[in-house]
Amino acid sequence: MTQHFLQVEGLAKRFPGARGKDDLTVFENIHFGIEKGEFACIIGHSGCGKTTILNVLAGLDQASDGVVIMDGKEISGPSLDRGVVFQGHALLPWLSTLKNVEFGVRSRWPGWSAKEVEAHSTRYLEMVGLGQALHKKPSELSGGMKQRVGIARAFAIQPKMLLLDEPFGALDALTRGTIQDELLSIVQATHQTVFMITHDVDEAILLADKILLMSNGPYARIAEIVEVTMPRDRTRSTIHHDPQYYRIRNHLVDFLVNRSADYAGASLEGHDPRHPPVVRPGLGGGGQVAQVVELPRPAHQGDKLSPKPSVSHASL
Amino acid sequence: MSGNRPWLAPLLSLVFLAVFVGLWHLGTRTSVGEVIVDPEYAALIGAAAATGGQSAMPGPGDVVAKLWEHVTDPFYDRGTNDKGIGIQLGHSIARVLIGFGLAALVAVPLGFVIGMSPLVYKALDPFIQILKPISPLAWMPLALYTIKDSNISAIFVIFICSLWPMLINTAFGVASVRRDWLNVARTLEVSRLRTAFQVILPAAAPTIMTGMRISVGIAWLVIVAAEMLVGGTGIGYFVWNEWNNLSIANIISAILFIGLIGMVLDNSLARLGRAVTYKE
Repeated sequence: MTQHFLQVEGLAKRFPGARGKDDLTVFENIHFGIEKGEFACIIGHSGCGKTTILNVLAGLDQASDGVVIMDGKEISGPSLDRGVVFQGHALLPWLSTLKNVEFGVRSRWPGWSAKEVEAHSTRYLEMVGLGQALHKKPSELSGGMKQRVGIARAFAIQPKMLLLDEPFGALDALTRGTIQDELLSIVQATHQTVFMITHDVDEAILLADKILLMSNGPYARIAEIVEVTMPRDRTRSTIHHDPQYYRIRNHLVDFLVNRSADYAGASLEGHDPRHPPVVRPGLGGGGQVAQVVELPRPAHQGDKLSPKPSVSHASL
Repeated sequence: MSGNRPWLAPLLSLVFLAVFVGLWHLGTRTSVGEVIVDPEYAALIGAAAATGGQSAMPGPGDVVAKLWEHVTDPFYDRGTNDKGIGIQLGHSIARVLIGFGLAALVAVPLGFVIGMSPLVYKALDPFIQILKPISPLAWMPLALYTIKDSNISAIFVIFICSLWPMLINTAFGVASVRRDWLNVARTLEVSRLRTAFQVILPAAAPTIMTGMRISVGIAWLVIVAAEMLVGGTGIGYFVWNEWNNLSIANIISAILFIGLIGMVLDNSLARLGRAVTYKE
């Protein structure tokens, strides 16, 4: 059993039901791993518990079951090892841009002098292109700039892992594109390990090494792990010329539109949540989605055997 | 409309004032009343009473003259019952500030605890609900009996009436700090004490300041009544004393000063409130 950098085992979230009713299980049996330096995106419909999973990884929420191990240690609460970029940027409105970043930096390195803290924070704000807005209050910034401050704040504490909860959801398409490019180049330069929630299929393909597809809740689970097999030096302007792009995109959209509900309730025949199938639709010939993803396996058959060459199983 | 004529509103204010003063003047015009009582009796009880139908209500001129007297010599002290209005106002302001300050020292930390702990909130809520609507003056006999000092009792009454708005607003402000901001502090492993002072306090500060502004307003209302009861010094006692003297001009002057000081108190807290307000 190989140890991943981040290992999620048997995660479940249940809410106690109202009087006389059964507990509500949002998701259960969630297993996946993320390697160091890997960029993982998670996609699924609203209500499948993506944000809860992220909050559990952040240590802000408690799972009803299961464990999360990062770098050999179980996650039991919030930590500076994991930087979080919140959906609604969550900047402290009474502090300037610089002070917002310093707030975290001071906590990360309590021994630093004020000068060191300022220099470090300034460097990270310059990295996201906000060198000119150090002393502005969040209310004076546009939505995109606010989210950049949030990203700078998370990067500045140099966490082992970055957690992003739909960071660009509230931004307009143009701004989103620009910040995606920035995030891409920063991540490529720093080899940051990232776990990100998104609703945007294109964003996931552009940024991720692998995409976790979640089925609909309740009883949501990881349905599939899609590996993005395109070379890592992607750019937003050229990515759609890659023949793999549309094969992956079709696969993702097909999952979200047609198949994500199939997993609800009873487990799909042959689907083992402990080893969600890893698919590489980018490499599949002809882009026939159905071919690539069909996974009827006779029960008790050898784990490593899969009907299609482009389908294998994650070995945990 | 008033955008390009900024002088319009002040002008209208002056018109209102003029109309009011005019009506007041007409209403209190001295008609030479005939003496309706026996001249010997009139000599005994004084000219004012002897004029019979004439009221003790002064005209605007009398009040302005009285005001001028007070403004030019506010701090004279000619014994217990004859002190300058400045001294009396000073006593009242001092009582209000001491009572209000003590209340803030109790209400803000306690409000913090109530706001942060739903358990404490639920446990203290019935007490707050019952104590809050009690007229602060109802505490006065209890205070006089236990404290045995009229001055401190007045301060206690101010303390009690300032406490509730600050307590409730602080608790509300602290409880409604955005979850996201607290989560930011948690993920950054910021200590609880630093979170309290650097996240919760600034986030709740505008709400707390609103509570303080309400408190100081109520305190200034209550001090007049409290001083009427305890006597000795203060603007409330001054008003009551002048009522006993039937010096309506003095009472009207005092009323104007009470309004003025109340406005200053309110404005300074509003200014403080704006200083801690942030835009989201």
